[in-house]
Amino acid sequence: MIVLEKRAEPSRAWGAGGPILAVVLTMLAGGVMFAALGIDPVEAIRIIFWDPLFSERFAGYSRPQLLVKAGPLILIAIGLSMGFRAGIWNIGAEGQYIVGAICGAAFGLAFYPSENPLIFPGMVIAGVAGGVAWAMIPALLKVYARTNEILVSLLLVYVAEAMLASAATGWLRNPEGSGFPGSRNLARHPGTDNPELFAGTGMHWGVLAAFVAVIVAYVIMTRHLLGYQIRLAGQAPRAARFGGVNPARLVILCMGISGALAGAAGVFEVSGPAARISIDFNVGYGFTAIIVAFLGRLNPIGILLAGLLMALTFIGGELAQLMLGVPAPAIQAFQGMLLFFLLALDVLANYRVRIKRKVAA
Amino acid sequence: MAQDDPFQIGFIYVGSPGDYGWTYEHDQARLAVEEHFGDRVETVFLENVPEGADAERSITQMILGGADMIFTTSFGFGEATNAVAGQFPDVYFEHATGYQRDFPNVSTYSARFYEGRAVIGHIAGHMTESNIVGYIGSYPIPEVIRGINSAYLHAREVNPDVEFRVVWAYTWFDPAVEADAAQALIDAGADVIMQHTDSTAPQTVAQEAGIISFGQASDMIQFAPAPRVASIIDNWAPYYIRRVGEAMDGTWTQGDVWEGIDTGMVVIGEMTDAIPEDVRASAAALRDAIAAGEYHPFTGPINRQDGTAWLAEGEIADDGTLAGMSFYVEGITGDIPN
Repeated sequence: MIVLEKRAEPSRAWGAGGPILAVVLTMLAGGVMFAALGIDPVEAIRIIFWDPLFSERFAGYSRPQLLVKAGPLILIAIGLSMGFRAGIWNIGAEGQYIVGAICGAAFGLAFYPSENPLIFPGMVIAGVAGGVAWAMIPALLKVYARTNEILVSLLLVYVAEAMLASAATGWLRNPEGSGFPGSRNLARHPGTDNPELFAGTGMHWGVLAAFVAVIVAYVIMTRHLLGYQIRLAGQAPRAARFGGVNPARLVILCMGISGALAGAAGVFEVSGPAARISIDFNVGYGFTAIIVAFLGRLNPIGILLAGLLMALTFIGGELAQLMLGVPAPAIQAFQGMLLFFLLALDVLANYRVRIKRKVAA
Repeated sequence: MAQDDPFQIGFIYVGSPGDYGWTYEHDQARLAVEEHFGDRVETVFLENVPEGADAERSITQMILGGADMIFTTSFGFGEATNAVAGQFPDVYFEHATGYQRDFPNVSTYSARFYEGRAVIGHIAGHMTESNIVGYIGSYPIPEVIRGINSAYLHAREVNPDVEFRVVWAYTWFDPAVEADAAQALIDAGADVIMQHTDSTAPQTVAQEAGIISFGQASDMIQFAPAPRVASIIDNWAPYYIRRVGEAMDGTWTQGDVWEGIDTGMVVIGEMTDAIPEDVRASAAALRDAIAAGEYHPFTGPINRQDGTAWLAEGEIADDGTLAGMSFYVEGITGDIPN
């Protein structure tokens, strides 16, 4: 019989080697799948992992795009990871991202056509405030009415989506857009734009914010009292209470931080890559960020790497569709394999596999 | 690039060709282009591309991969299409159902689906016994509102008691939501279902309820002879073949077309035996009158919902007003959400 034995300490060797082995296993299993579809597996895997980074034809464009795609994922995942560490489950970052974008865009458009350089900072503040406000609904309901924040935050995503559709087709609609849905273009108007900071790098304010968030989160989690309280509350809630951690305050703080970062990601996206409020503005960053957070083991550096890896499989996967005609569902299955192997090998970092002989009764 | 390289055409799909609706028809047109030009062209496509920032990357990577011409087949790709077009002035861009042409290498094209709506509205007005027609709208945008108005006007013309109930699905493609919407309309008494969403889910629900429906975007002939009694088919192939040909011999120029039944971009699918013969005949006559340019579905007198005059007797709506239509015509109950 095979049994799993919990390790006293997570294995460092598996912790470091696991992700690398997971990528290798994904390449093998994915290769078999591609071969079964009649696609050259070596070529497909080279295109997914190598071409976006190093091919002469694509890398010049794809490398900056990695940052553009990873930026919002990392920024949102960092915020979520703090709550997750404390056992506070904000599943509704997608909604906070949408509300942040709507508030930021509304602030910027309220001053249209002014090009005042203070407008963009104002938009960021408005977006962060919007994200926080949306996150406060599940937070306050949890604290004062004992509702479940998982359900409330998730359901508020659908409310936010309805608000987005209403904004895009109604009150934020471009008055010069001949009735078509969608707001004015924010990215091509000086004052409301979130431009590329260094040409050809993909680096915009949101990517920069994501990097800063990684560093700040790292410092908070390892050096600051709040980080200690978060870890304690997650590992031993009773001990935390005796240790003077106020659980209500922690809920509000963690939900607030994750809402703020999701809202910020929304503003940076709507004023940059997405360019405007539209019906389909949100593409699931808030949900994918949950995967990124866990893939990065709720560790800021891990999240940084996980965000970049997710972005790589998105962009490389798209290239494989384009160059080899790999069907989109096969790419999704490939991404799923990667997550599966990463999480499965995570078990080995925390548990030891023992083979026990059945003892005759 | 060598002269004998095939001309590469890329297609950006918002859904999957397996939707048997909107994207399916664009993919059929892609295959028609391949068939027509043979080895001289090569086509690639990306499916399920989100409308927004991702589209810009998808289009750019397609061009870096060698595409000489790009068809972006959903309204939401307008921003991305124009952003990329500015960076690749030598690539031809064709954007479906959009209005932005910021660069000389971007054209837009759409179909006068409302002409098809007029014909199926006419059929619906005759066929309904409960006098309630259920209508599944996607989003309250001019395209959809125009369709509701056209269908209603022509249903009322033959049945003054007809009422339209509209449910907004807030999605283009979500079989579960569309099925729920259809069921809700049936529960409200509708015995005819029209949809402006892309999946076949409403057809399935209509079939179970024993009422009638119309194919949308593609023929949905697998549901004939009932519930699907007719359909509005988007036939993009002639346009795609024409534009690809022009791009290949260098005669392509920027354009903005809005074609209807006359050029075959909008096709009324087979009207089945479930429709009485006289109604089939009058619907065909309406279709032919539109095709011949003898009749315009928005011909006055037509008032707005609030009772104010829009079109005087004999007056025909101009394309600008139709393109931005954001009001219901008189007689439709309920408000357009915003």
